[in-house]
Amino acid sequence: MNYSQYILLIPLLPLAGFLVLGLFGKSYFNKSAGIIGTLFLLVAAILSLYTAYNYFFIDGKVNGVYQSIIPFKYTWLSFSENISIDMGFVLDPISVMMLVVVTFVSLMVHIFSLWYMKGEERFSTYYAFLGLFTFSMLGLVISTNIFQIYMFWELVGVSSYLLIGFYYDKPSAVAASKKAFIVTRFADLAFLIGILILGFQAETLDFGTLIQRLTDIQSSQFIGITTASFFGVSLLTWALTLVFIGGAGKSAMLPLHIWLPDAMEGPTPVSALIHAATMVVAGVYLVARLFPVFHINQASLHIVTFVGVASALFAAIIACTQTDIKRVLAYSTMSQIGYMMFSLGISGIGGENGLGYTASLFHLFTHAFFKSLLFLAAGAVIHLVHSNELKDMGGLKRYMPVTHIVFLVACLAISGIFPFAGFFSKEEILLASYESNKIVYAIALFTSGLTAFYMFRLYFSIFWNKQKDLHSHHGEGNMSMKIPLWILAVCTCTAGFISFGKYVSADGKELASHFHILFSIVPVTVSLLGILLAMLLYKKENGKPQAISNSLGGLYKTAYHKFYIDEVYLFITKKIIFNLVGRPAAWIDKNIIDGIMNGIAGVTASISSAIKGIQSGKVQSYALYFFAGIIAMAIVFVYLWK
Amino acid sequence: MNEIPISHILFVSTALFFIGMYGLFTRRNMITMLMAIELILNSVNINFVVFNKYLYPDKLDGIFFTIFIIAIAAAEAAVAIAIIINLYRNHQSIDVEEAEEMKF
Repeated sequence: MNYSQYILLIPLLPLAGFLVLGLFGKSYFNKSAGIIGTLFLLVAAILSLYTAYNYFFIDGKVNGVYQSIIPFKYTWLSFSENISIDMGFVLDPISVMMLVVVTFVSLMVHIFSLWYMKGEERFSTYYAFLGLFTFSMLGLVISTNIFQIYMFWELVGVSSYLLIGFYYDKPSAVAASKKAFIVTRFADLAFLIGILILGFQAETLDFGTLIQRLTDIQSSQFIGITTASFFGVSLLTWALTLVFIGGAGKSAMLPLHIWLPDAMEGPTPVSALIHAATMVVAGVYLVARLFPVFHINQASLHIVTFVGVASALFAAIIACTQTDIKRVLAYSTMSQIGYMMFSLGISGIGGENGLGYTASLFHLFTHAFFKSLLFLAAGAVIHLVHSNELKDMGGLKRYMPVTHIVFLVACLAISGIFPFAGFFSKEEILLASYESNKIVYAIALFTSGLTAFYMFRLYFSIFWNKQKDLHSHHGEGNMSMKIPLWILAVCTCTAGFISFGKYVSADGKELASHFHILFSIVPVTVSLLGILLAMLLYKKENGKPQAISNSLGGLYKTAYHKFYIDEVYLFITKKIIFNLVGRPAAWIDKNIIDGIMNGIAGVTASISSAIKGIQSGKVQSYALYFFAGIIAMAIVFVYLWK
Repeated sequence: MNEIPISHILFVSTALFFIGMYGLFTRRNMITMLMAIELILNSVNINFVVFNKYLYPDKLDGIFFTIFIIAIAAAEAAVAIAIIINLYRNHQSIDVEEAEEMKF
């Protein structure tokens, strides 16, 4: 099958949508922008599914191992014979899987937004931005070159910035978009340095060659990068840690997660697409893409594990105390991405050891469905209630039956209850961690209980609890809102049954699915306990949650204030950096740099005002100067110039 | 009385030049300044004629130059008078001290 005939259309169609809607949308298709954007994406999604079908079932496999196929590659900027920036399109199990996830979730969000964003003033701009985001994300996952991934990485950041700040007349949205952009930019700086070290030492920027050189312990590049050290740590560890910092920034891992909860200021479908299903998993994708290199350097892999586990637990604790539903979902996203990260961190390569890798990407796959479903359902709730706060909700199951059911399905999935998608992927992660690191397993298990608790806290508070009077009775929504919810709910129910290990594994070979009933008993019981606890506390209105939070006192307050991480950042920036660096720099700028410039200008001005009297406008004095000059020259040339 | 020494004539021309120069710098009336310029030009003419006569008696180059200068002086007088008339229309005066707008 010749992929090159149509493969480029997949990223280029959303780009075309962006250009058409961005340039002409406002004036020509303000009403029809949604349909146009959705159609572009529909074609892209169909092509991705077709590609996935071809790749996984027809010609991806050679001798039982999935190959990476490069149907298109173009040298964009060549620095030397070895180092060049290419624009390419790579097909391998993870990129094909991501193609499907990105286009599919994006399509669902496009359809959902037809209803959700209807009547917005900047309707066409919204769809243009969605197109730009989809294009950048697709470009990111198909990158053949580490610099290509970096460029799309930044484009993704920009489109995220634009979409978070979509309601630009809201100061909190503007602040949130700036925060997201600045925090991820800092992480991206580390990423860039990591890329430069890797590129310099491996003498290539191409993923395939890079991985091949840096995993071959005989190669001169590998010896070079491991023997060179900086502060006693080998350059390879530095490079990979820096790359991971970039990934952690995008994926909202500790301590760079502070932008994600604020990013919920954007329209809710955007949160579903960008801040739940696709963009935030870019960090996981990056680590997975470079996994063979990470694997050879256990030190950096330990960092990945540690950060992942810490983020998972930390975010889950915060999520239990938040009262804004989108923030709870944001922290839950962070927690789930933590799962994916540490699952990669504990993984090995080849056969059973590679279970963590497969499990991580499996969780990425299933998480995309149920988390975007959760966000879209939350969007529907917010649209009805006109508030993000839990205290304004309650007893909604009567008003919105469809949303109620799909939300329940998604909550069961994220809690890891059989037979929903989350169960399978989470079991694999837990199994992988059980086999490699018992401490990680214990934390993951505890987090999984917490996850079930806070998700059902949300569920019961929204749909059960005490009845609230609703002022607006405009119904639940039309078909363009219900269809994506149903489709995603069906995916959430069925995605787990895909034997993912057959398609995606660390070494490209098949990996049998792991599913032990006995092993599953413990996690499922823990999750059920979490659900039960949430049910006791939140199903009926009662004073117990308040009493518990009061008795926890300081602990509750700390978690409610997100462990004061934002305050720490503010302290460091406002008190330390601004005072110690910013103000002296401003002083130097104002007094020394500006002083030199003003001094030069002042001297010029005073000299000119001193001598401007010569320019008197009197013809005769000019003539006098002229003759005086001639006489002076005559004296010089006749008498002095020998 | 066949020969007047060259120094006498050069003395006359130099005197004429500096009288013209003095007039140019001290008079405020533009017509008078124009006349002073004519004096300067004529002192140059005398120089040309004298040097032609004493150094190259067989040639006429200096004489030609003199004629050129007289022609140019006539043209110059025409231009200058046009300028003076315009100045008068703008300032109702031909005093150069009045025309000093083109300064800092």
